[in-house]
Order: sequence, then C-alpha cells, then structure tokens
Amino acid sequence: MLNPAVEPDAAKVADSAGLSVRARTFRAAMRHPSIRFGGAIILAIVIACFGAPLFMHANPDLQNPLSTFLPPSWAHPFGTDDLGRDVLERVLYGGRYTMVGSVVAVFIGVVGGLVLGVVAGYAGGMVDMVIMRAMDIVLAFPGILSALAITAILGPSLRNTVIAIGVAGIPGFCRIMYAATVQAKTFTYVEAARAQGSPVVRMMRQHVLPAVFAQVIVSATTGLGIGVLSIAGLGFLGLGVQPPTPEWGAILNEGQQFLQNAWWIGIFPGIFITLFVIAVNVVGDGLRDVLDPTLRGRG
Amino acid sequence: MATYAVRRLAALALVLIAASILTFMIIHLVPGDPVLLMLGPGTTLSSAAIDRLRAELGFNLPLYTQYWIWLMGVLHGNFGQSIQQSMPVSTLIGQNIWYTVRLTIASMIVTIILGVLAGVVAAMNRGTWADLATMVVSLIGLSMPSFWLALLLIYVFAVKIQIFPVFGGTTHSAIVLPSVALGIGGAGVVARFVRSAMLEVVNQQYILVARSKGLSERVVMLKHVFRNAVIPVLAVVGLQVGYLLSGTVIIEEVFGRPGIGHLLVSSILDKDFPTVQAIVILVTLMYALTNLAVDFSYALIDPRIVYA
Repeated sequence: MLNPAVEPDAAKVADSAGLSVRARTFRAAMRHPSIRFGGAIILAIVIACFGAPLFMHANPDLQNPLSTFLPPSWAHPFGTDDLGRDVLERVLYGGRYTMVGSVVAVFIGVVGGLVLGVVAGYAGGMVDMVIMRAMDIVLAFPGILSALAITAILGPSLRNTVIAIGVAGIPGFCRIMYAATVQAKTFTYVEAARAQGSPVVRMMRQHVLPAVFAQVIVSATTGLGIGVLSIAGLGFLGLGVQPPTPEWGAILNEGQQFLQNAWWIGIFPGIFITLFVIAVNVVGDGLRDVLDPTLRGRG
Repeated sequence: MATYAVRRLAALALVLIAASILTFMIIHLVPGDPVLLMLGPGTTLSSAAIDRLRAELGFNLPLYTQYWIWLMGVLHGNFGQSIQQSMPVSTLIGQNIWYTVRLTIASMIVTIILGVLAGVVAAMNRGTWADLATMVVSLIGLSMPSFWLALLLIYVFAVKIQIFPVFGGTTHSAIVLPSVALGIGGAGVVARFVRSAMLEVVNQQYILVARSKGLSERVVMLKHVFRNAVIPVLAVVGLQVGYLLSGTVIIEEVFGRPGIGHLLVSSILDKDFPTVQAIVILVTLMYALTNLAVDFSYALIDPRIVYA
C-alpha cells in the first residue's frame, strides 16, 4: 500500500496551494549545504576550464624549447613540461576534454540504461528476461575490462573511449532503472492508471518516469564521478586523446615519465581530477538526502 | 543449498559461454581483415601467401566453427600464439598471472583492513570529529584516481625517502606501494558502507537489549553491531573485486610491475588479439568465480539465510 517514505504522497502531488513538488524539491536542493559546497567547486572548475581562453593564451600546445621543465613560478603557476608548454594552460584546456567526455559517457549510459531498464521492468515476461540476461553477460566482464575491449576494437581516441565507457556503463544503470521501475509498478496510482487503460508509452512517460526520476539523478551523479576517473584512467594508459591534445589523464601520463625531475606535471592534473570527483560525490550525497533519504537507506 | 549451488553454477556456465562468444568476436569486430591485422602494416607477404596463411589459420572457416575450435583450445589451456611475442599465449600468461593475483589479494587486504577500521571508528564515534575526519578522508580516498595516488606514493616513498622500491615486482617490499595505491580507493568505499551499515543496525531492538544488559558500549558495538552489519559490507567487498582486478591494469603500468594487466594494455596497443582474448576470458572467469564465492559466503556467515 502507500508507503509514505517511498511512494510519493498523492496529496502532495496535487498540492495547488504552493509550488509543485518538483519546484519545492529543487529549492530544497539549492539550500542543501553539500549541494552548495560541491556545486560551487564544480562551477569554479568548469568556469576555469571553459573560460580559459579569456585569460590565457589561446593555444595550450604552444611549445617553447627554451623554457622546458621550469618549476612553478608566477609566470607559470604550474610550471612547464618537457616541450616548454605551460602546464596550467594544458590542465585548464585538458579539463574540457575530460569533463565533456565523462558527461557524454554518463549520458550514454544513463539514457541506454533508462530505456532498457524501464522497458524491461515495465514489460516483464520475455522482454524482461532477454534484456536483463544480456545485461548480466556484459556485467560478467569486470570494471573497465569491457571499456578496454571496446577500445581495443575501435582504436585509441577520445571519442572511442567515451563510447566504450558509456556502453560499458549501460548494464549498471539498466539494473538500477529496472529495480526502480519494478517498484514503481506497485504504486497505487500507477496501477490505477493502468486499470484506466492508459496507453503504454504514456504510462511510462507520465507515471513511471517521474517515479524513477530521483534514482536517475542520484545514479547519474555517482556515475559521473566514476566516469571522470575512467576517462582519465584510459587517457592515462594512452588509449584516449592522442598527443598533443591535452586531457587530465593524458597529462598525468606525461607526468609519470618525468616524475623525478618535474613533479609538477604529474601532481596538478591529479589535484583537479580529485577535486572534481570529490565535488561530484558531495553533490551526489546531497541529492540523495534531498530526493529521498531512504533511497539508499544510509544516514 | 545444494540445489541453489547447482542452479547458480548452471547460470554461471551459460553467462560464461555467452561472454566467451563476445570475447571471441573481438578480433572479428575490428574493422579490417583479421589476418592483415595480425601481420601488421609492414608486411611483405604476397597476397597469395596471405591467402595461404588465412586458410592455414582457419579464418576461411565459418565463424561458428572458428569459435568452436577456439573454445576447445581454451578449455585445454591452448590460447593460440601471441602475435607480438612469438610464443604461446598460455606461456605468456603463465609468466605474468601470479604477479597480478598477488597484487589483487594484497590490495584487497588493504581495502578490507583500512576500510573496516575506518568505518567502525566512524560508527562508534558518530557525530564527533573522529567520525567527520574519517569520512572526509574516505571521500578523498575514493575520489582520487588510483594512478595519481600511485605517482604521489612513488614520489614520496621511493624518490624522496627511498624506503620502498619503485619499479619491478620481484621483491616482497615491491608489492607495498602498488597495493596501497590500488586498495585505498576501495577502502574509502568500504569505510562509508561499514559506517552506514553499522548505524542502521545500531537502532535495532536487540542492541537496546544488549545495552540494558549492562554490556560496555565497546562490546555492544564490536560484538553485536558489527557482526550483523557484515552482510552488506561483504556485498560491497565483493563488488570491489571487479574494481581491483581491472585496477591492476593501471597500477601495473605505473609501477612497471609484470602482470596480466600490463600485458593486456600492451596487447591492445600492439593489436595482439589472441592475447587480448585470452586475458579477457580469464579475468572474467576469475571475477565470476569470486562473485560466486562471495555469494555463497553470505549463507555461511548468516545462519538465518537459507538458499532455497
């Protein structure tokens, strides 16, 4: 029956005296300290990386053979690398590739997982079994192994690592959406709409999707953190962007080679990655609190 | 329990067969002719010789026949010939696999010990600075890229202070830095989970009973709360295995350790597909068996769980 902690209260949904549930949830989210803190950091990093052309040179690949391996200074806050390129610039420009790449990868995973999971959960029967077994098979490959295999097939490039990580992430999201859909099917108002004879697609759009919406948001945020680490990881292995394009993981790879002489090349990109992922995780925690404290049941 | 075991093994076998088909397809999904891929771009063989080679290697046979031959070979331990190294793939793997297994186990130990300790400390001191500090450190640990942590550790301990060896993998102390680098991320995840699992248990009735019996808080926490929180923790630990197995790929690269992770990356970059396929299917098998073992351990640890 109605479980007030999990199933949206019908009365609240129909509240016309104030804002809609969605607007109120949004307001609560904006006030939550974790979301504010994490959101501020993310915003700062995004502005720094995408606004880089405004306050730096336009070309991060600008080589200067005379000033290789300069330690951090006012002129070069993050020092220079083996080709004399300013590391701060490369980190800022590189951030775009890492961040956009991970957002796209997560998008692929979430959309793919959402479609497959909701269809499987709602349809049940044969469709359910086929889809979920297929997901089990892909999930048989651990961690980034699937992504590595796909990259092996497609060849190293940022586009291919994004596709690989996105596709490898679909089964995980699919499982989550499937569970949420199956649970949503038990909600009274969904049963009622079904009894009324609502057409399937409309059912999914109007009733099922809002119910799983919270789960989508929270999973997407966690997925983004993992996505950034994966993109950077594959970039670190040399399977992502190809030189001379900067990307946080790829710069770390360069940093590894020169660790003894020029520690700054390896340290700073890692700081950015860590900060970004921390911020994403903090926002994710906050979102989970706001959207449904019992979602993962953890306090 | 026995019927459950049989059912799980049967399901596992089916999934593995499907996974093996996917793995086998890797070399055939790459755009281009498999034989040309194997020979590499600088080949000087005539097209007649290439055709002969193609027939010899069996690429002219229908796909399902090729798959069957490959599968039969795999089941007998024959993974074909490595293109780049000119030796049987099984030899190549045999030389490297134990390094990876040792690294995975060592990292798992780091993850479990650090994670559980941190989580218990946080739960027992809920609301104090110890709780906050532990959780902040856990958050940082799980947000750090493992390869960056590896670089930091290398720089501090091997370059500056010179305690642990940096590269290679033969000595015992060589496993310390890599396993810490790999294990800390998982420790952060486990710590958060242990804390929340314990906090969930702490509100249960039987804990109130234990306290009213006059047991010290420490005994209550460690003996009753922790034991009952173990099951979800075990689930998280099981999940970490997959992360660790695939994490060895990166860590072995950074530390220059031999191992199948390192071998996998170089095989991908060298387009040595027989090796890639062999490693993928082997790692998947290890992962699947470990998951199964973890699942069975639930029943062993919690006497309430009965698998029908």
